[in-house]
Amino acid sequence: MTLSQLEVGETGIVKEFTDLEMSVKLMEMGCLPGEEVRISRVAPLGDPIAIHVSGYQLSLRKFEASTIVLQ
Amino acid sequence: MKADIRVALVGNPNTGKSTLFNILTGLNQKIGNFPGVTVDKKTGFCQLPDGRTAEIIDLPGTYSVYPKSKDESIVFSVLADKAKGMVPDLIVVILDASNLKRNLLLYTQIADLKIPVVVALNMIDVSEKAGITIDVNLFAQKLGVPVVPISARKIKGIDELKSAITYANKVALQQDTIDVDAIAPQLIAQIREEYKVDNPYFALQLAHQHETLDFLSTQESDRIEELEKEHAFHSQKAQATETIARYNFINDLLYDTVKKPETAHDETVSNKIDKILTHKVFGFAIFFAILLFIFQAIFSWSAYPMELIGDLFAWLQAALSKALPAGPLVSLLVDGILAGLSGVLVFVPQIAILFALLSILEDTGYMSRVTFMMDKVMRKVGLNGKSVVPLIGGFACAVPSIMSTRTIENWKDRMITIMVTPLVACSARLPVYTLLIALVVPNKNVWWVFNLQGLALTAMYLLSIVSAVLVAFVMKFILKARERGYFIMELPVYRMPRWKNVAFTMYDRSKTFVLQAGKVIVAVSIILWVLKSYGPGDKFAQIDKTFSQPQYAKTMTPDSLTKVIASEKLENSYAGVFGHVIEPVIKPLGFDWKIGIALISSFAAREVFVGTMATIYSVEGDADKLQSVQEKMHEAKNPDTGQPVFTLAVAFSLMMFYAFAMQCASTVAVVYRETKNWRWPAAQFAYMTVLAYTASFIVYHLLK
Repeated sequence: MTLSQLEVGETGIVKEFTDLEMSVKLMEMGCLPGEEVRISRVAPLGDPIAIHVSGYQLSLRKFEASTIVLQ
Repeated sequence: MKADIRVALVGNPNTGKSTLFNILTGLNQKIGNFPGVTVDKKTGFCQLPDGRTAEIIDLPGTYSVYPKSKDESIVFSVLADKAKGMVPDLIVVILDASNLKRNLLLYTQIADLKIPVVVALNMIDVSEKAGITIDVNLFAQKLGVPVVPISARKIKGIDELKSAITYANKVALQQDTIDVDAIAPQLIAQIREEYKVDNPYFALQLAHQHETLDFLSTQESDRIEELEKEHAFHSQKAQATETIARYNFINDLLYDTVKKPETAHDETVSNKIDKILTHKVFGFAIFFAILLFIFQAIFSWSAYPMELIGDLFAWLQAALSKALPAGPLVSLLVDGILAGLSGVLVFVPQIAILFALLSILEDTGYMSRVTFMMDKVMRKVGLNGKSVVPLIGGFACAVPSIMSTRTIENWKDRMITIMVTPLVACSARLPVYTLLIALVVPNKNVWWVFNLQGLALTAMYLLSIVSAVLVAFVMKFILKARERGYFIMELPVYRMPRWKNVAFTMYDRSKTFVLQAGKVIVAVSIILWVLKSYGPGDKFAQIDKTFSQPQYAKTMTPDSLTKVIASEKLENSYAGVFGHVIEPVIKPLGFDWKIGIALISSFAAREVFVGTMATIYSVEGDADKLQSVQEKMHEAKNPDTGQPVFTLAVAFSLMMFYAFAMQCASTVAVVYRETKNWRWPAAQFAYMTVLAYTASFIVYHLLK
C-alpha cells in the first residue's frame, strides 16, 4: 500500500520509500519512516495532493506519493 | 558603516526570518548580490545593547544545508567560503515553535558546522495558542546554546534576542547532535587530513557539495571525487542515513522538552480556508476573480495619481519652456528628458499597486495554493506549478519575475519559465497599448457594460498569456530534461499580510523600477535628441539656406515656415536617415520611418515608445501649444497621401510588435545573469523578434 492509494481524510504510517532520490527530499521535509501522514486534500484537477505530516501541510504529486510505502 | 560582529540569519522558509530581519535592522538595510551569484543578499545593521554594531545578513530560507535550488546553495557557501570574507561570527537559527520537528533538522546541521549559534524560537505565541508547551530551559540545556522565545510579528522578545547576540560565546559550545564520523569514517578522515579541515561535518559537506562549491579548484574537486570512489561513497545514501540519524536525535529531544495536546489535527482555521480556496469549483473561480480584481485595481486605482503626474509634467514642461530662453539645451531638457521621464513616472502608480497586491498574495500564503492548483495544467505545457508566480509577476515586470524563477528546482522547467515570462504583458507595454487603443478604438460601450477600449486591452492581455503557454508547449519538446522534476512543497498556514512588509516591497520595487527604467530613458532621450537635432554633412545648413531665400518668407507665414524647416531637418537628421534605412524592412508591417525610430529606440525599453513619439512629433506641433502625445499622433498625416498615419491596421500591427518583441535591455541582461550563457538571451531575442514580425505582418494585412 502506498500513500497515493489513500483517500482524503485517511491516515497511514510511513514504512519505507521506493525511490532513493525522492526519499532524501521527503525525509528532509519531515516525511520519514514511522511518521503518521494524513491526506488533507486533493488539488481541484486531481493532482497534486496535500498531506498533513510532522505538524504541517506538505504538497506533493501523486507520482511522488506513490514512492512512499505505508505500513 | 563598520560592524563589530557579523551575524547570519538562517532558517526554514515561512518561519518569519524576513520579519525578524526587518525588526533587527529597521530601514537600515540594503539589497545587494552575493559575489559571483545573483541571489539577493540582504544586509543591514543593528545596534546592540552594549553599543557595538552588528551586521546582519539574511540568508535565503532553506530546509537543509543540502541545496535543492539556486537560492539555497548560497547558505552553505556563505558559511563555508572563508575567501568571500562573509563567514559569520554568529548564526541566529530561527525555528518555528509551532513546527519544531522539521525546523530542527536545519538547526542540527548548522550546529554541527561548529559556528557559534543562538536559537530564536519564533511564533512562540502561535504555538502557545495551539497548546504546545516547550520547556525552553531544558531545550537550551540539551542543545547547549542560548534559546530565546520571540514573536517577530508581535515584536516580542527582541531585546532578549539582542542581548543573547551581544553576550554569545565567541567559540561554538553547542552539543554534538549526531555522530557525523559514523556516516563515512575513512572518507571524512582523509578529507580532514588532506584539506586541513578540523570539522568532520564540514569535511562531509565538501564530499557532498564539491561539484558546486566555487572555492574549490578543479583539481581539488577531482581529488575529492577520486576519494569518494575509493571509499564507495554514495551521496544520496549518506544523506538518507544522516537525515534519519538527525530525526532520531530530534525526536528524543522533543520527547523530553515539548508537550503537545493529544487532539493534534483538528479543524484549524487554515484548513477551513483551504476547503474554500482550493475547492474544485470555487478554487479556480476565486483565483480568476482575484486576477480580475488585480487588473481592475491597477487601472481604476491608478487613474487619478497618473493623471496628476501627467498634469504635473505638462505644467513643468510648459513652465520651463516659457521661463528659459529657447535653445538646444532647453529643447533637450523639455522635449527630450522631461518628455521621456514623464513616460516612466506616470505609470509608477500602476507598478506600485501591482507589487503591493502580489506581495499580499505571497505573504498570506495564497500564492502557494495557486501553485498547488495550477501544477497539473502547467505541467501539461512544460511548466511547473511554481511557474505561475513568475508568470503572474510578469504582468508587473519580467525582471523580478525572472529572478523569482530561482525557486524552481528543475532546470528545464526553470529555463522554459525564463524563456516565456517576457511574453506576458508587462506594465511597460501598458502605456503603449493604452495610447494606441485610445487612438483608434472608439470609447464606446457594447452590450451595455463592456467598454470597447477595455475589451481591446483585455484581448492584448489574454493574447500574452496564450502566447506564453503555446511557446512553453513548443519548448517542452525542444529542451532536454537534465534531472527529474518534483513538486514537494510546504503549504504554509494562512496568515494576515504584514502590512509593513507589503508597503516596503511596494516602495522598494517602485524605486528600483524608477531608477532602472529612468536611467535607460534619460540615456535614450539624450541620444535620440542628438540624433534628431543633428544630421550628416551640411544638410542642415543647406536647409536653413534654402528656406532663408526671400520667396519662402513671402509665401508662407513664419509659423508654418518654422514647421516646414523643422520637419525637413528631422527627415535629414541622423535619426531620420536611420529611420529611412530601416523603412523597407518595416514597411510590410505598415510602419513609416518615424515609427521605425520609435521602434528601434524601444529596444532599450518599451516605455521609451511614448516619450519617443512625443519627441518625434513635437517638431510638428505648434511651439506654443503643448499637446498631448495622443493629439499629436492623431493629427499625424502621411505626407504623400494626406491620410492619417495611425489607422486601425497600423495601430494594431504596432501593438502586436510590442506584444511579442523583446524590447527590454534589462530583461536581456537579467536572463543572461540567470542563465550564465549568452545563448539563452540570444535565442529568446531571436524567437521573439520573429514572432513579433510575423504577428505584425499578419495583423496589418488582415486589418488593412
